[in-house]
Amino acid sequence: MRLRRKLFIVSDNDKIIDEVTSSDYKYGFSTEIDSDTIEPGLSEDVIRQISLKKDEPQWMTDWRLDAYKVWKEMDEPDWANVSYSKPDFQNISYYSAVKKKQYDSLDEVDPELLKTFEKLGISLDEQKRLSGVAMDIVVDSVSVATTFKKTLKEKGIIFCSMSEAIKEHPELVKKHLGTVIPKSDNYYAALNSAVFTDGSFCYIPNGVRCPMELSTYFRINEAGTGQFERTLLIADKGSYVSYLEGCTAPQRDENQLHAAVVELIAMDDSEIKYSTVQNWFPGDSNGKGGVFNFVTKRGICETQAKISWTQVETGSAVTWKYPSCILKGDNSIGEFYSVALTNNFQQADTGTKMLHLGSNTKSTIISKGISAGKSHNSYRGLVRMGPRAKNARNFSQCDSLLMGDKCGAHTFPYIEVKNSTAKTEHEATTSKIGEDQIFYCQQRGLNPEAAIALIVNGYCKDVLNQLPMEFAVEAQKLLAISLEGSVG
Amino acid sequence: MLEIVNLHASIDNKVILNGINLKINPGEVHAIMGPNGSGKSTLSNVIAGHDGYDIISGDILFDGESVLNFPPEKRAHLGLFLSFQYPVEIPGITVSNFIRTALNEIRKAKGEESLGASPMLKLMREKMKVLEMDKGFLSRSLNEGFSGGEKKRNEIFQMAMLEPKMAILDETDSGLDIDALRVVANGVNALRSDRNAFIVITHYQRLLDYIIPDFVHVLFNGKIVKSGGKELAIELEKRGYDWIKKEQK
Ligand SMILES: Nc1ncnc2c1ncn2[C@@H]1O[C@H](COP(=O)(O)OP(=O)(O)OP(=O)(O)O)[C@@H](O)[C@H]1O
Ligand SMILES: [Mg+2]
Repeated sequence: MRLRRKLFIVSDNDKIIDEVTSSDYKYGFSTEIDSDTIEPGLSEDVIRQISLKKDEPQWMTDWRLDAYKVWKEMDEPDWANVSYSKPDFQNISYYSAVKKKQYDSLDEVDPELLKTFEKLGISLDEQKRLSGVAMDIVVDSVSVATTFKKTLKEKGIIFCSMSEAIKEHPELVKKHLGTVIPKSDNYYAALNSAVFTDGSFCYIPNGVRCPMELSTYFRINEAGTGQFERTLLIADKGSYVSYLEGCTAPQRDENQLHAAVVELIAMDDSEIKYSTVQNWFPGDSNGKGGVFNFVTKRGICETQAKISWTQVETGSAVTWKYPSCILKGDNSIGEFYSVALTNNFQQADTGTKMLHLGSNTKSTIISKGISAGKSHNSYRGLVRMGPRAKNARNFSQCDSLLMGDKCGAHTFPYIEVKNSTAKTEHEATTSKIGEDQIFYCQQRGLNPEAAIALIVNGYCKDVLNQLPMEFAVEAQKLLAISLEGSVG
Repeated sequence: MLEIVNLHASIDNKVILNGINLKINPGEVHAIMGPNGSGKSTLSNVIAGHDGYDIISGDILFDGESVLNFPPEKRAHLGLFLSFQYPVEIPGITVSNFIRTALNEIRKAKGEESLGASPMLKLMREKMKVLEMDKGFLSRSLNEGFSGGEKKRNEIFQMAMLEPKMAILDETDSGLDIDALRVVANGVNALRSDRNAFIVITHYQRLLDYIIPDFVHVLFNGKIVKSGGKELAIELEKRGYDWIKKEQK
């Protein structure tokens, strides 16, 4: 389940005028019980079944089958600086509407989880919803959500599930799906293309400025999209949209493997801001369990368009993720702001690719890695200035913060410049939290954990500042919680 | 208020504090002077609870209670403040954010409610006025890129905000220009009351013209070797430390 825990109504003058606790009722924790599950394993037959169950048109089925053929020919990549036992792809069920465990009251929920909720400042109702406790109070967010849908519709904005889009807007989906991340792009993207279950679809028409932060929360119609999520976001000429994905509350999932694909298309003069907070279950302190998160995210910028990726990654046992920008149009801009925190036995290999094709294209990369415990945190980034990328500019800053001496931070910057007028700048630092910094904070009344949280937040400021305000506050708390127990 | 009893402390097996005895009552200002390396900052750190030192023997009592086993933050909650000789930088954290966090942590520890954003800002403005500080200070990253004098003034600003019972100023005057020295001293004097006390560590008698001490102590080789009134500082200014060193032999 990936949903935002709060809902913000942003009026035209950008003021938050309301904040509503969301309800679970559309997620049907207590009503629908979906027993639809396809036998584990992957074959053409299974893919046909998925497509059939989703009532998809033939072109979609064919598209999936094609992806499956591509995937079968591929090998699982092993170039990332992570090690894990490879998932058994024949042992995964590719279509299951697994219901979360249902509780009658919060007393039955794991107290550790509740403690975390409390620290994040999540309301009681919200706690119930997130941990899957049946709720009978229907918070009046339905009407609010409906109002939103109306506002969006008036502006001509399409925001719905991928399944719905395939049925309702086939021309848009057909035209754009797989154009930024082709089926053959990589092993996990191919797998996702073959078996994706659901995800979000968004289209902002010509010249429209989306009046609110779009978040996955709005997809009130669908069940949790599960392990193979597919998102497609199209900003037409001169439009603007800010999109939030993820949730600060810890997300546990029965599925070990997650392979999402997110494609962004920014047409001439448009802007897409895509923010993610990822907090999948990282495994326990001994490194057992935890989600493998292999994500492919990429956007394409036409002339004078801008795509800005902001991510705060604290979860997952293994993360493999490189939100990238193809700066195709002249004067287009790509940005990547990232905080990746690893603790205990977590491994993260993340970064970005900025592919400068057009002239006067600009990109900025700010990556802040934090490693604690026995974790490993790698930044991997590619900046490529193509032959036509006249006067293109890149600035990269990759900082690593180490806590303790059993963790590792690694930086793998790749720079290719094929145009002599293009310039790249790369700065990298590795630091430790100073004992003297902690002592200074303690002298002012902060306990060591609060001191570390403060110092880490300061270190991440440039990235956190990119997040919408309320999200940033939650992200700060999340960082603090994720580092608990790493002091000393 | 603060009582140090026969305190011996070492670092890496090197003994630095060699039997310190010092009793400070509410309302008093004690100046500590002494040559470089005599152990002044070490004493400050040990009082504040820095865990890098081994306490060999002796005790530190705060309001009659031993604080040796208390972590630094607990000592701060009790009302102890140290203005550092070398304040550290914390990038990305603004002065106002830091002070807000600190003040509210201390209030929380005392069971008081945290101070809201606007009374906090009002209080900051008041204190900054006394210290003749520019408002722009509040939004700067803590100590990052601050000049030596700005760092010291910022320490005193924090002290003014936290209103400690017992404040130790470790060479707060070093790095201050003549005007800043006066301003900072005024700031300290404004806080002086019969309920709090100060230890002022300095190399220069000049500061003591502004902050008039009740006692002056000379620290040498980790020991207080001489104590007197403010005239001792004047004598030291004139004669240096040689005569004291000789007296020790
Ligand atoms: N971490 C350390 N390891 C070894 N020796 C240390 C350490 N810290 C302090 N010392 C030594 O302890 C002695 C006292 O140092 P301290 O900083 O307390 O002196 P001070 O009186 O404050 O000097 P100054 O007037 O120069 O500030 C010095 O000889 C110093 O070198
Ligand atoms: Mg000193």
